[in-house]
Amino acid sequence: MIGGALEYFLQQLINGLTLGAVYALIAIGYTMVYGIIGMINFAHGEIYMIGAFIAVITFSILGIVGVTWVPLALLIVLIVSMIITGLYGWTVERIAYRPLRGSFRLAPLISAIGMSIFLQNYVQIAQGAKIKPLQPMIRGGIELIKGETFSVTISYLQLIIMAMTLVLMLGFSYLISATPLGRAQRACEQDRTMASLLGVNADRTISLTFVLGAVLAAVAGVMVSLYYGVVDFYIGFLAGLKAFTAAVLGGIGSLPGAMLGGLLIGLIEAFWSAYFSIEYKDVAVFTILVVVLIFRPTGLLGRPEVEKV
Amino acid sequence: MTQPLLKVEHLTMRFGGLVAVNDVSFDAKASQITAVIGPNGAGKTTVFNCIAGFYKPTVGRLTLTNNGTPHLLERMSGNDIAGKARVARTFQNIRLFPKMTVLENLIVAQHNKLMRASGFTLLGLFGWPGYSKAEAEAVDLARYWLERTNLTDVADEVAGSLPYGGQRRLEIARAMCTEPVLLCLDEPAAGLNPRESADLNTLLRFIRDEHKCGVLLIEHDMSVVMQISDHVIVLDYGRKIADGPPDAVRNDPKVIAAYLGEPEDSAVAQGGV
Repeated sequence: MIGGALEYFLQQLINGLTLGAVYALIAIGYTMVYGIIGMINFAHGEIYMIGAFIAVITFSILGIVGVTWVPLALLIVLIVSMIITGLYGWTVERIAYRPLRGSFRLAPLISAIGMSIFLQNYVQIAQGAKIKPLQPMIRGGIELIKGETFSVTISYLQLIIMAMTLVLMLGFSYLISATPLGRAQRACEQDRTMASLLGVNADRTISLTFVLGAVLAAVAGVMVSLYYGVVDFYIGFLAGLKAFTAAVLGGIGSLPGAMLGGLLIGLIEAFWSAYFSIEYKDVAVFTILVVVLIFRPTGLLGRPEVEKV
Repeated sequence: MTQPLLKVEHLTMRFGGLVAVNDVSFDAKASQITAVIGPNGAGKTTVFNCIAGFYKPTVGRLTLTNNGTPHLLERMSGNDIAGKARVARTFQNIRLFPKMTVLENLIVAQHNKLMRASGFTLLGLFGWPGYSKAEAEAVDLARYWLERTNLTDVADEVAGSLPYGGQRRLEIARAMCTEPVLLCLDEPAAGLNPRESADLNTLLRFIRDEHKCGVLLIEHDMSVVMQISDHVIVLDYGRKIADGPPDAVRNDPKVIAAYLGEPEDSAVAQGGV
């Protein structure tokens, strides 16, 4: 075992980073919505779950139609899932949050919890409560270190997840910092009324924020359905809470914070499972949420002057 | 006679039992500086808020005629008043985007133009040539106003870190970047020292003369009002008590009464405002 200790550690690092990439993608949706309207979108985990379901459904349809070349199938699934999940994100905002915008602070929060329960039940009824399996499509990997007792491998799928997350994060940072939409989002975040007096359509900007969050969650959903090979109507709950924890850990409202928080949560979960106990991995993650909320409520990269909620 | 730029007719704004503005009518013309003055609580800012779409007036009609097209402001949303009717305003307590740079503040003000040019950001992401051209033009316009407001040196600094006078000027520059036909300024000289105040007068005259923009001004600083206004409207307790060129308004007994109280003999009135 001593000979394999380093290899074992490296393998957990790879697993943790993969998991963290997925959490980071979901966490961005929480943090952006919080940044712009100061609300926790509790239905975001369900949006991610819907993204995963659409991936499974689209893969099955493509299988029937006969598109079996994996890169093409993956591309089509990603695009379809991003578009449809984006529409779900838009619809949820339009019917559950926008009518409550002028209302008291807790109203949209309660509406979000209701939306979350509604979406879970809707998928349960429409798709059945049984676990939906998905044939593993991207097999194999690269053996990085060949040890006597333990070999470190990184699967092609893990590579795809990490590369895709990296590209999306870079693209996203660019979108926020240097495009008209990103500027409008930051303007609305700092002073929504003033932004609309300058001609920015604040309602539309908020809608697009929800759509962007949903699109990233859809990518996470596609990746997870491939990685674990199963989806059910309940996966959004736990993944959503963990991504929320990641957003809080990084500093809610901060985009780099969500990315960092996601990676940290993924690593903590992987290492806890590997070295302590796999049964208590969720306890470890949520203990961190509690500790962060007590000792550093603004998170690692959060700004102390943020005073929403 | 041509249609005035902004025509306010019988504007009344009630908050519950309180009548903040009561049956006020006036015109503001293009290429003119119109000042709205009055003691504290006279309803000046409320008039502004009705024009900018913050409040829906209880009674009244606000017609803004832009290139011969009338816009009924009381029926438009805030962002349409800015985007379609082209009314821009600044605030008594400055409202910049404090965490964005000075230049970004000016580019956000050109959002609609850029959003259209970039195909709602999508095409812009893929390097659409029309977008880079529009962005370059937006930066040019921003630079033009930075120069006019003497802020070129701090273009890349965070807006919140500017000194007070700089923030005031930036707010005007940002309003002008929306290319308005009517610029509404709520106490732009508040907190400025005499030199800054004189610079502000020069800037406002420049906006009026070179850009043919109508300026509607709320101001307490009488030196600003009397020096640069073409037309002064005086409000007191929500009613219009005087309307005319600065010199006539200055000597109007009703205005003097509102500012100084009822004179006991006419000698007090000669003291002026």
